[in-house]
Amino acid sequence: MKSLIGDLKIDFMGKRKFALILSSALVLVAIAALFSRGLNLGVDFTGGYTIEVGYETAANLDEVRTTLASNGFEEAVVQTFGTNTDVLIRIPPSDELTGVQLSTKVTQALEAASAEEVTMRRVEFVGPQVGEELRETGGLAVLAALFAIVCYIWIRFEKKFSVGSVLALVHDVVITLGIFALFQIEFDLTILAALLAVIGYSLNDTIVVFDRIRENFLGMRRGSPSEIINVSVNQTLSRTIITSLTTLLVLLALFFLGGKIINGFALALIIGVVVGTYSSIFVASTAVLQLGITKEDLMPVEKEGAEFEEGP
Amino acid sequence: MSNTNPLWKTLLLAVVLLVGAFYALPNLFGSDPAIQISSRGGQLTDADKAKFTQTLEAAGLGEYEIREPADRIMAVFKDSEAQLAAQAALELEFNALQYTLAQSLESASPEWLRKVASPMYLGLDLRGGVHFLMEVDMEDAINSAEERYVSDWKRILRAEKKKGSSVIHRNGVLTARMRDAATRDEMMIEFGKEGQLLEMTARDEGGNFFIDANLTQQAADDEKRTALKQNIVTLRNRINELGVSEPVIQQQGLERIVVQLPGVQDPTRARDILGATATLEYRLVHGNQSVWDNAASGTIPAGTQLFKERDTGRPILLKRDIIVTGDQIKDASSGFDQDSGSPAVFVNLDGEGARKMREVSAENIGNLMAVVYSEKRVSKRIVTGADGVKKEVVEKSTIEEVINSATIRDVLSHRFQTTGLGSEEASNLALLLRAGALKAPVVIIEERTVGASLGADNIRQGFYSALGGLALVICFMIFYYKGFGVIAGLALVTNVVLIIAVLSTLQATLTLPGIAGIVLTTGMAVDANVLIFERIREELRAGSGVQTAISAGYDKAFSTIADANVTTLIAAVVLFSLGTGPIKGFAITLSIGILTSMFTAILGSRVLVNALYGGRRMNTLPI
Repeated sequence: MKSLIGDLKIDFMGKRKFALILSSALVLVAIAALFSRGLNLGVDFTGGYTIEVGYETAANLDEVRTTLASNGFEEAVVQTFGTNTDVLIRIPPSDELTGVQLSTKVTQALEAASAEEVTMRRVEFVGPQVGEELRETGGLAVLAALFAIVCYIWIRFEKKFSVGSVLALVHDVVITLGIFALFQIEFDLTILAALLAVIGYSLNDTIVVFDRIRENFLGMRRGSPSEIINVSVNQTLSRTIITSLTTLLVLLALFFLGGKIINGFALALIIGVVVGTYSSIFVASTAVLQLGITKEDLMPVEKEGAEFEEGP
Repeated sequence: MSNTNPLWKTLLLAVVLLVGAFYALPNLFGSDPAIQISSRGGQLTDADKAKFTQTLEAAGLGEYEIREPADRIMAVFKDSEAQLAAQAALELEFNALQYTLAQSLESASPEWLRKVASPMYLGLDLRGGVHFLMEVDMEDAINSAEERYVSDWKRILRAEKKKGSSVIHRNGVLTARMRDAATRDEMMIEFGKEGQLLEMTARDEGGNFFIDANLTQQAADDEKRTALKQNIVTLRNRINELGVSEPVIQQQGLERIVVQLPGVQDPTRARDILGATATLEYRLVHGNQSVWDNAASGTIPAGTQLFKERDTGRPILLKRDIIVTGDQIKDASSGFDQDSGSPAVFVNLDGEGARKMREVSAENIGNLMAVVYSEKRVSKRIVTGADGVKKEVVEKSTIEEVINSATIRDVLSHRFQTTGLGSEEASNLALLLRAGALKAPVVIIEERTVGASLGADNIRQGFYSALGGLALVICFMIFYYKGFGVIAGLALVTNVVLIIAVLSTLQATLTLPGIAGIVLTTGMAVDANVLIFERIREELRAGSGVQTAISAGYDKAFSTIADANVTTLIAAVVLFSLGTGPIKGFAITLSIGILTSMFTAILGSRVLVNALYGGRRMNTLPI
């Protein structure tokens, strides 16, 4: 039997002060980053254009910028995308041009200015109104997912557990968003999808730990809540780490092999999985302990049943 | 604890595996470029089919396969060069008025397989193509409905000979003015006979008697629904005209239409055609050059309207009565005028239009008739207001110009030609006239175009990352859990096959985020096995016997696995409801992956474990 983690008895709950400080610090930094720098929203949410063009040889970005500026696109942001032959051009919604004429004009201008062939690889145009709607539904979706999950855990477990899991989820979401804000990584629809997947994943982890806590509360005769939670976290630790590891493995494969478009998506999930693993051990369980979980909390169903039997 | 497999479990697993593998199979063959032809509004005759095969044979295109699905015939090639060459050859032989030529991608799997199973449907980001989200200009739809009532009212007033009354239409309110209260009350009843779609109120002001009316909410909603429906029909016709195979045209919400055109590489033409509102009108010309010049400086005679000539920009007066509108054009094609060689649109009128044209032309031989080209343009743009706040405004403009005027020499009937357009314009206009007019203009509010090269890159990268992820996880599992790791690995591979099989059978769209979803499920699906194996190890450490440990491991892990998966499913469902195309793809593969992984990781691996280790006296387990 090969084990990364043997029969451990780490005192996780004893270290909860340290965890509290670390988590608070991370969340504060994340919130500060979100407020000071804000998310670098992609065209999905702001409206505007993203145009990806491919050159045969390495593209001259300055030339591309000059060409665009002389055609009236002074506000264009030009950068290479993955390789130096691919250029990504971002243009905010235009005062001058209407709707979809712009992408045609851009590609034509670039083709005229370049000696070699310019291939249009991708055009994304999102009207400002659609961008606003996507922003709204996006925010709503995150809230809806959190709410549905709280309900589920409330039904399957107990109130304190659902509070604990939501704390952990909010913690994960805020920190992941904070990292995106801090490093100004573009935040688009696929990243939002990744964020929701992070919620699902992080919860997956949390539930495994909760399940064991519940089992041990009911099964272990002795031990304070703190001890029982400790034992549970230790028992599930190797599973938690191995699953995170396998998930990270596939995410790394996605990050390195999946191509540029999926990069941000993979990155958001990598951050989310790391933070989610930490939070399911330290945040969710600690919160349940702080909320004062007791054996009785976990036996409401049986109590009700007993009352029924004793009834008239 | 014997851990033997009940027969039904083994059978169930075997059947699911076989069926899954079968339905996943077509994906191994990939797809080939094809060109297909169908008849517009009819069946292909045997002669058509023979001509199709002969044309291709004569073109010398190397190897290809002829297929004849329901109402069409197609040739499937090995490469897209042959496909393009074939299209060029066929375009010369088959008249665009009668036949639709379209490029498509066809499954390359053998015929017996093709009949029962299809490969996954690839999204635009994987095969290249254009996605449009269009918004129907409902204000315009309502406006034209109100205009209809205005002419109804005018007609009624004329018919009832109510002199001195008038009808105006302003800001969504129709107002009729009458001379006296009695007429007003009488007309109110008369107008009401047209249906209960207007809300009418009487108003007396300054000795005049008015009826104010506006559309009821229900009537307005009906108008919107009809406009949306009619636009979808028109868009579908236009897309068929463009020769795009497998287009997606869907209503989204109450005012929007999603159009997806796989394989279209030039969004400009698609965009121009789909959004176009161009149409033709035929009217008689009034007066001569001097009258027109006078009109330009202000005196426009009653019953006429001032236009400009497209080429010269000179003013010209036309009669207000329209002889034939675009709606009465049944069919149209483009070509060249036999005498002048300039581009021409040949139109074919329907019965009503032809009758009117015959009458009017017979009465007006020697007079001038003009063709008016009209187009409504709606666009949205951002304007920075005086206060520095950016806001979106809708701009509308209507272009109406006379593209040609000619002396009527003979009685015209249902078929004639119109010149005065550029050649591309002529062919686009012919297409639009054939496909029908949009009920209300549309604005493209979202566009996503993926080039074919990027699509191919995305498929390749998606494939490699899936393969890489799978290989890494399997290696790790074997390294960590040995024999049981092999079992988990087999369960994973089976899971991927099952996901592909389900996607193929449902014909759900596979997108790049969808592939990411498969990759992610691979990482997460193994979690169920990790939970089980860790439980077995725990039981072994606690001193249980081998068979008891296996059984307890599976039993105890089950509720945890179920709980954990349900919550991920909740997130996936929320994602799906949020989703635009690609995101939906992710939600779909994630959900399917979760469900299939429950099957493979729990039941599948259990059957294997039982078969290998169950029912035997063992002291250790390879775990």
